[in-house]
Amino acid sequence: MAHLPAQTTQTARRRGALALTGAAGALMLLHYAGLLPAALHRLPPERVPDLAVWLDALFNFVKDDLGLLALTRWLTEPLQWMLDVTANLLFGKRRWPGIGPIPWTAIAAAATVLGYHLGGWKLAALAGGTFAWTALVGQWDIAMQTMSVLVIAAPAAFAIGLLLGIAAWKYAWIDRALKPILSVLQTLPFFTYLLPAVIFFKVGPTAGAVATTIYAIPPMILMTTLGLQKVSPEIVEAGQMSGCTRLQLLRHVYLPAARTEILVGINQVIMLCLAMVVLTAFIGMPGLGAKLLAMMGSFKLGRSFEIGVTIVLLAVTLDRMSKAWVARQPMHHERGTPFWRRHFALLAGLGLFVLFCIVAQFVDLAAEIGRRQSLSMGKEIDTAIKAFLNIGWVKATTGFLRAFLNVQVLIPFRNCLLWIPTPAFILLIAAFAWWLGGRRQAVIAGLFFALVALSGWWDRSVITLYSVISAVALAMLIGLPVAVLAARSARWSNRVLLICDTAQTFPSFVYLIPAIMLFGITDIAVIFSILIFAMVPLVRYTIEGLRTVPPEVMEAADMSGATRWQKLVKVQLPLALPTMAVGFNQAIMFAFFMVIIAAFIGTQDLGQELQRTLAGTDLGKNFVLGICVSLMALTFDLTILNWAAARKRQLGLG
Amino acid sequence: MAANPPVIAARNVWKIFGKAPEAYLRSLPAGRSFDEIRADGYIAGVRDVSITVGRGEMLVIMGLSGSGKSTLVRCFSRLHDITGGTIEVDGTDIGSLSERALIDLRRSKMGMVFQSFGLLPHRTVLDNVAFPLEMRGQDRHARRERALEVIRLVGLEGREDYFPRELSGGQQQRVGIARSLAIEPDIWFLDEPFSALDPLIRREMQNEFLRLQKMLHKTIVFITHDFDEALRLADRIAIMKDGAIEQCATPDQIVLNPATEYVRKFTEDIDKARVVHAGTLADPALRAEGAAVDADASVHDLARLLIQDQRSTIPVERAGRPVGAIRRDEALGILVGAR
Repeated sequence: MAHLPAQTTQTARRRGALALTGAAGALMLLHYAGLLPAALHRLPPERVPDLAVWLDALFNFVKDDLGLLALTRWLTEPLQWMLDVTANLLFGKRRWPGIGPIPWTAIAAAATVLGYHLGGWKLAALAGGTFAWTALVGQWDIAMQTMSVLVIAAPAAFAIGLLLGIAAWKYAWIDRALKPILSVLQTLPFFTYLLPAVIFFKVGPTAGAVATTIYAIPPMILMTTLGLQKVSPEIVEAGQMSGCTRLQLLRHVYLPAARTEILVGINQVIMLCLAMVVLTAFIGMPGLGAKLLAMMGSFKLGRSFEIGVTIVLLAVTLDRMSKAWVARQPMHHERGTPFWRRHFALLAGLGLFVLFCIVAQFVDLAAEIGRRQSLSMGKEIDTAIKAFLNIGWVKATTGFLRAFLNVQVLIPFRNCLLWIPTPAFILLIAAFAWWLGGRRQAVIAGLFFALVALSGWWDRSVITLYSVISAVALAMLIGLPVAVLAARSARWSNRVLLICDTAQTFPSFVYLIPAIMLFGITDIAVIFSILIFAMVPLVRYTIEGLRTVPPEVMEAADMSGATRWQKLVKVQLPLALPTMAVGFNQAIMFAFFMVIIAAFIGTQDLGQELQRTLAGTDLGKNFVLGICVSLMALTFDLTILNWAAARKRQLGLG
Repeated sequence: MAANPPVIAARNVWKIFGKAPEAYLRSLPAGRSFDEIRADGYIAGVRDVSITVGRGEMLVIMGLSGSGKSTLVRCFSRLHDITGGTIEVDGTDIGSLSERALIDLRRSKMGMVFQSFGLLPHRTVLDNVAFPLEMRGQDRHARRERALEVIRLVGLEGREDYFPRELSGGQQQRVGIARSLAIEPDIWFLDEPFSALDPLIRREMQNEFLRLQKMLHKTIVFITHDFDEALRLADRIAIMKDGAIEQCATPDQIVLNPATEYVRKFTEDIDKARVVHAGTLADPALRAEGAAVDADASVHDLARLLIQDQRSTIPVERAGRPVGAIRRDEALGILVGAR
């Protein structure tokens, strides 16, 4: 394909896509005329292969006959032990070593010093402020419950990811084996991580830690491999000529030289761990997530809001600190610098930590802030929010939006999607893939959606897809103009990008809070939460795409006498399109992720069914549902990313 | 030099990149050109090279980018495994060495300097220089002593605790040089060591390098794409093109008698008077009367004498011994740049 001239390929693709669309249209016409046999509209239930049962049998075989359960239960012991230790230290669970809980002041002081060491006063204030806030609003214990899992899961994910990354870099066959697994893992909805974790590692923190770890491993593998591949050959040769053995070469040359990528991997591991550890609330992991879930469930908006702020602050702090670590370069000290100056941060951190530990022995408030003393304003905020929502025009706006979107747009759209016969739907998806990526992509897309149809969950899959498509479409309607406007000036671009960067670090769960606040527990809230979540990458990549159009090209357009609008439409957008497509793709991926979480609000899609499986031990069904979501997401992921890469090559943008 | 066995002896060395290079080389008909090999889907990095490097000699390998010079030097140090032929270092076939033995060879005998320095970014100057010593397991105290010694040798004292990114390019390459000298190697490979530096610094580093070589007397393989640099430093120059050596001779010989058209083009713009020495021009069969000139003087050094002296032949001496005589009009021809 690549050897054909671009023009021919394009025509061939358009022809293929048109043919498939025509076939789909014919099917739909038949259906409209009532001539389509029912079996062609939907796969008859009796024809649906019982995948769940087969999978269950397979799982049971692996679990019991191959002894996997025994193995994992055996692994649970040390994991449980480690979690008990951190639980004791952080929030005083009665377990060995029995010295906790560490006073909040000591932890906040140590975090402040660490922040200062990594990024100066600003970061110190952020770190100290976050922990102080958490303690002051009386969420210290639940936050530490979350952290106690995080401090085990993140290092575990780092270590496993690093080792697998090294293995994948060293042996091509491991790389080939891992690649497809990783892309499936990255699109698999998180509920699918949760149930196996519960079955194999008991309910509670252990399962939470395992699910969190597994969820965070893929980016660490990718970043490690990437970093090791990027090490300059000269540095490697210098190591070889210095007489390094293979192990020495890895330890002293490769890994330190790949420092930046590995640290970026650590950053991603921490952020994903935080996002996931909050979600483990769904399998009964206590902590911030569980509290938030409970508060939202009982519509206590004030407390939800406070917990949301805590989660967001924690996320931003962890993100900024680990990013500062990435940017931090080694600096030399002048000859003769005394020991205490060289290790100032370490000594100050330790000193303050010990100091506050001692102080806490005498001052109760420094050790723990109880319910009574906390400054939580949950009730007041709650009343304020509800009062605000009851103001006439606010109520009218949200009410109108709700009614209009529901009645005029969303429900008709959903019914339309549900009306389309299954084969026609598959053909349309394949046509889309053909148009963007050629025949190979079309075959893959058709195959993936055919599998979804075979799973027997077609209607729910279509509803899932409907939520995703409508949310992303709305996000584009709002996000694209914002991005285009912001991209006009450097200052606004930077501001909006900063907001996007920050918003991207928020664990997805908190996006539900504003949605529920504004629209209550309704369908619109689901769409709205997906919409804001998906808007972030859309805006971000659009700005980046527009801003990175080479200045010479823009100057050339100016000199050709183009107006602003002409420049935007004829120059900037075409050049930015591949980058924007990456953002669009990410928006879809985010939407697939969010739609599952939003099941909590109450939807009729795959997420809802998935959530239901969590209550039981229905591993087979859980997997079938998870794979359905994954297949749909992968179809878009493969098609769009392929197109973006090919288009970038065509434009010579690298 | 001829009495000593060579330090590096390469015989019919081939390095081919591609899918199945060994099998391809076995089936390769003699005399296949670089472009024909490329048409077969293979890249000939090194094509049938035979060359020796004597003890204490400085061989400069010169060629444009892609001519295979860097590949050749990586074959000498077995950073690349060769596809055909043999390379002996001090009489040992390095192709047959086990990984362990190869590592030992590098730890005791070889040092290498790289074009973009190849410094480890997370280590200080001191730790970079001490790196090869650390790898061979020397204790901390001994390697610190030795590292400080070489750092002083390259003129970086006082910068021991700096990190590479805190240094200028020239300083970074001094670190690279110090590192390559830390283990006191016999053989010193330098892969375009000064190409990444700006011209003024390059000149300074060349002088520095000549100073070091006067003290250390290493066996050197030096790679460059800069013909002036080659002429300035080399005992012998090997000019490479498309993986093969076009000519390998002393600078004088290359300038006076280019073996191929390709070499001649290189020498065209060179001021030959600065390169050719009296010793090379001298005809050993010829004897002449009067005051003699030194064999190591270049024609350019003798310019005034050549113009003023009326003798048709002028005797040449090396260390007080007559080695022959030069014809004045031949030398004058070189001086005025006649072809």
